[in-house]
Amino acid sequence: MNTPLLIEQSVKGRRGYYYPKTDVPSYPPLPANLQRESAPQLPEISELDVVRHYTRLATKSFGVDIGFYPLGSCTMKYNPRLHSYITSWDSLTEVHPLQDESTIQGSLELLYNLTKDLSSITGMSWGTMQPLAGAHGEYTGLKIIKAYHQSRNDHKRTKVLIPVSAHGTNPATASVTGFSIVEVATDTRGLVDLESLKSLLDDEVAAIMLTNPNTLGLFESDIREIAHLVHGCGAQLYYDGANLNAIMGISRPGDMGFDVIHLNVHKTLSTPHGGGGPGAGPVLVKEHLQPFLPTPDITHNDGYYSFEWDRIQSIGKVSGFWGNFLVLVKAYTYILTMGSDGLKSASEHAVLNANYLFTLLKGAFDVPHESRCMHEFVVSAQHYKEKYGVKALDFSKALLDRNYHPPTMYFPLNVSEALMFEPPESESVEVLEEFASTMIELTELAKTNADVLRLSPHSTAVKRLDEVKAAKHPILTWREL
Amino acid sequence: MVPYIPHTESDRNRMLQAIGVDSIDQLFDTIPPKLRYKGLLPINEGLSEHEVIRLLQEMLKKNILGTSYLGMGSYDRIIPPTVSQLASHPTFVSAYTPYQPEISQGLLQAMFEYQSMISELTGLEISNASLYDGHTACSEAGAIMISSKRKSTTLLVSETLHPFSLSVLNTWALGTEVTLVIIPETERHTSVNTMIDSLSEEVAGVIVQSPNRYGVVENYTSLSEAVHQNKSLLTISSDPLSLLLQKTPSQWGADIAVGDTQPLGLPSAFGGPSCGYIAVSKRLMRSIPGRVVGLSTDIEGNRAYTLTLQAREQHIRRERATSNICSNQALAAITTAIHIALVGPEGLTDAATQSYDKAHYLHEQLSHITSLRVDTKSPFWCEFPLFFESKAQLDHAVSFLQHKGIYAGVRLGSLTTKKEDEATLIVAVTEKRSKEELDIYVRYMREALA
Repeated sequence: MNTPLLIEQSVKGRRGYYYPKTDVPSYPPLPANLQRESAPQLPEISELDVVRHYTRLATKSFGVDIGFYPLGSCTMKYNPRLHSYITSWDSLTEVHPLQDESTIQGSLELLYNLTKDLSSITGMSWGTMQPLAGAHGEYTGLKIIKAYHQSRNDHKRTKVLIPVSAHGTNPATASVTGFSIVEVATDTRGLVDLESLKSLLDDEVAAIMLTNPNTLGLFESDIREIAHLVHGCGAQLYYDGANLNAIMGISRPGDMGFDVIHLNVHKTLSTPHGGGGPGAGPVLVKEHLQPFLPTPDITHNDGYYSFEWDRIQSIGKVSGFWGNFLVLVKAYTYILTMGSDGLKSASEHAVLNANYLFTLLKGAFDVPHESRCMHEFVVSAQHYKEKYGVKALDFSKALLDRNYHPPTMYFPLNVSEALMFEPPESESVEVLEEFASTMIELTELAKTNADVLRLSPHSTAVKRLDEVKAAKHPILTWREL
Repeated sequence: MVPYIPHTESDRNRMLQAIGVDSIDQLFDTIPPKLRYKGLLPINEGLSEHEVIRLLQEMLKKNILGTSYLGMGSYDRIIPPTVSQLASHPTFVSAYTPYQPEISQGLLQAMFEYQSMISELTGLEISNASLYDGHTACSEAGAIMISSKRKSTTLLVSETLHPFSLSVLNTWALGTEVTLVIIPETERHTSVNTMIDSLSEEVAGVIVQSPNRYGVVENYTSLSEAVHQNKSLLTISSDPLSLLLQKTPSQWGADIAVGDTQPLGLPSAFGGPSCGYIAVSKRLMRSIPGRVVGLSTDIEGNRAYTLTLQAREQHIRRERATSNICSNQALAAITTAIHIALVGPEGLTDAATQSYDKAHYLHEQLSHITSLRVDTKSPFWCEFPLFFESKAQLDHAVSFLQHKGIYAGVRLGSLTTKKEDEATLIVAVTEKRSKEELDIYVRYMREALA
C-alpha cells in the first residue's frame, strides 16, 4: 500500500524532461565564492514514473469529486469544471503582472467587475482583491480598521472583541495585527450575549469580529442592535465571510451594519480548495474606509481600466501582485453563471439541505440549540461518549470506512464532543438521506459494538496515526529518514 | 434554470414537509424582516455556461501577449505540459486541508516531498507546506525573528529587496511594535558594512535578497557572522531556481530562507497564484508558521503522513499562534513539486544555466549600443538593469518594442519613487528565449534608439 518516496525511486542519470539545447555561447560562471557548494539531493525519475507516482498519490486522497464532504464551516460545494477550463486559457495564464496597462485591459476589467459584483452581493461600497486567503483578508480588514482609528487620532483602541465560538484565525489575526483579544459570551440562545457585549464596550475597543450566521449555524438576529451599540462606542464591525453561503441574495452584511468584510471565495463562490489552497480573501468596505484599502486601486474611465496608486491613506500592499488572480477568475465565472437568481437559489438550497439533514439526525444526537439552523448545524456526541465510550472522533473515523468525509469535529469550542455538518446546495436529497442513515447506523453500532467504532477506520490506506510520535520526533523531510 | 443545484420541485416539497415548514422562505424566519433583501441583487442574471465562455473570451481578447523579458518576481519559463496535467487531478483539486490523514495519504505525501525539495534547494532543514507568496513570506520570517529574540523588535532590511516585498513588510509593521530600518543600498548592492554598523541589542534580525531587485547576486561573507555575533537572525530571500547555481542561504549561514516558487512550474497568471516558500534551521522548527507535514506511523507501524506540530497553529493556539495563516497555496506547492520531480536536478541546473548564459549574451550585446549603459561589474544571474539616458528615451524604446510584440523589461521607476530609477529597465531572460529572439530584441532596441 505504501508509495515509495520520489527520492527512493531515484536512479542516477535518469531524466524525465529535456529542455531545448542552448543556442548561445556559454559565459564564465559566477565567481567561485558565490557558487553553490554541493548539489541538492533531488529525485532523478522517468516521465512515466512521475506520472504513476502522482496518479497513485491522487488515488490516496479524498475530494468533493469522490464523495460527500459535509465539513462544517468549509462549504465544500461542487467546483464546476467550467472554471478550470477557463483558467487554462493563455489569455489568463501567460499574462505577466507588470505588463503595460494597455495590454492587460481584460484582466483589469475582470477584477473591476468582480469588485463591483462582490460589493453588490454584500452591500458594501468597494474593495480589494489582493488578499490571498480568508485569514489574509482578516489581516487586511483589521489593518484597515487600525488605520481608520489612527487617522482620527484615536490611539487608545487596542482591543478586539471576539465571541468564544469564533474561528481560530480571528484571535490569531487580531494578535498579529497588534490588538489584544477580549472574548464575548454566548447566551442560552447560542447568540451574542448582549449584556456581556454592553459590559465590554468602551473607548478602547477597536472592533468586534463576527460571523453571521454564527458558527452554531444560527442567525444573529440582534445584529442591528449589536451594530448600534458597537458604533455607539466608536468601534467598527468586522464580518468574517466564512458563512456567507447561507444568505446570498437574502440578507447583506452591509445592511446589517458591518463596516469591513472578507469573503472566502473557496467556500462561498465555489473555487476549489486544492488541498488547503490557493484560496482568495477579497475584502469589501463601507465608504468611510475606502481611503484605507490596499494599493493599487482599480479605476475605470471611459472604457479604460487603470491601476491607481495615489491613495495617501492606504495601508499599502498586502501581497506581491494583484491577488490569486486565477482563483478570482473562477469566482467571477461562478457569479456570471449563477447570477442574482442563482446565488439566491444556492443559499436557499444550502439552508434547505442543512435543515433537512438536521431533521434526520436530531433524534439520534443531542442538539445544543433546538431552533432551525441556517446552512450548517452542530450536534453533540457527549451522550455516546459518557454511555458507550464513543467519541465524536470515533464517529468521524467510522465515516472514513463508508466513503464519506467526516464533519468538522470539536468545533465550536463551546459545545462538547461537537460534530458540525454543512451539506452544501450541490448535494442531492438522496445523498443526504443515505448519509443520515449511515450516521444512525453508527449510533446503533455505538450501543452494540463500540469497539468497532473505536478502532475504525478499517479499510483506509493507513490506520489511525501515532500523532504523539509525529509531534515528538518530527520527520519533516526525506533527508531525515 | 440554476446550474449545480440538483433539487426538483418534488424533492423540495418532500424536504420541507419533513422539516415541518411550508416554504423555503420560512427557513429564514430568524432573519428580521428589516434585514431581508428585497428583490434580486443588482448583478447580472444567470447565464448559460456557453454564454459565459463567449463573454469571457470577448473580455480577455483585450489581454495582449508578447515575447516577454519581464521579471521582477514573475518569469516566463518553460513548463512541461505534464505538470499541469498531473496537478489537475480531481482529488488534489477538490480536497480540503488534509485533516483526516487516513484518507489523505496521497496529498500529505506530496506535501512532505515538497517540503523535502525546498529543504534541499535552500539547504535549511525544515520547510513548511507553503505560504502565500514570496513577499508575505518576508513578513512571516520577520515575525519568527522577532519572536526568537526577547525584547527586540527591530528588523534591518536591505533596500535592494524587491520593492513590493518592502511594501508588504511596511504594511505588516504598520501600527505594531515592529520597527523596520531600511538600510540604503550602495551601487545596487546591500550596504553590508552599514548594516553591520546598525546592529544593536534591539535588532532581532536582518532581511536581504539575492539575486536582489536589480538581479545582482550578493555576497554575504561578513554579514552572517556579524549578525550572529549580535545574537540576531538572518533571512535571505531568493529565487529558488537561482539556488541551483548560487550559494544557498544555508551556506551563507542564514537561519531562514524565503522566496516564491513561481519560477518552478507555475505560470505568471497576472501574478497569482504563486507560492511562498519558507525554510528554517532546525532550532527554529517550532516557530515556523503554517501547515507542516510529518512522517510518522499508524498504530500498526505502517509509514503514515500527517499534519504535525499543530500546537503552533491558530486553530489550536488561537491568539498565541505563531501566525494567523490557515489556507496556504497547497495546490501551487504540489505543482512545484511535480515540476521539480519531472525536470530533475539535471534539468533544473540546465534551466538555471541557460538563463544565466542567455541573460549574459543579451547583456553583452546590449552593452555595444552606445546610448545604453549596463553594469559590467556586478555578478548577476538571469536579470539585469539597463540604463537609458532619460525616462523619455526609455519610454520610447519600451513602446517601440511593444509594438513589435516584445515586452522589453520592467520599468523600475513604476515600482519605486526614486528619481534615478526612472531611466532604468530591469530585463529578465529565461531558458525559454532563443538566440534568434535575443538578436531580434537587440536589433529593435538599436532601431528604437537610432
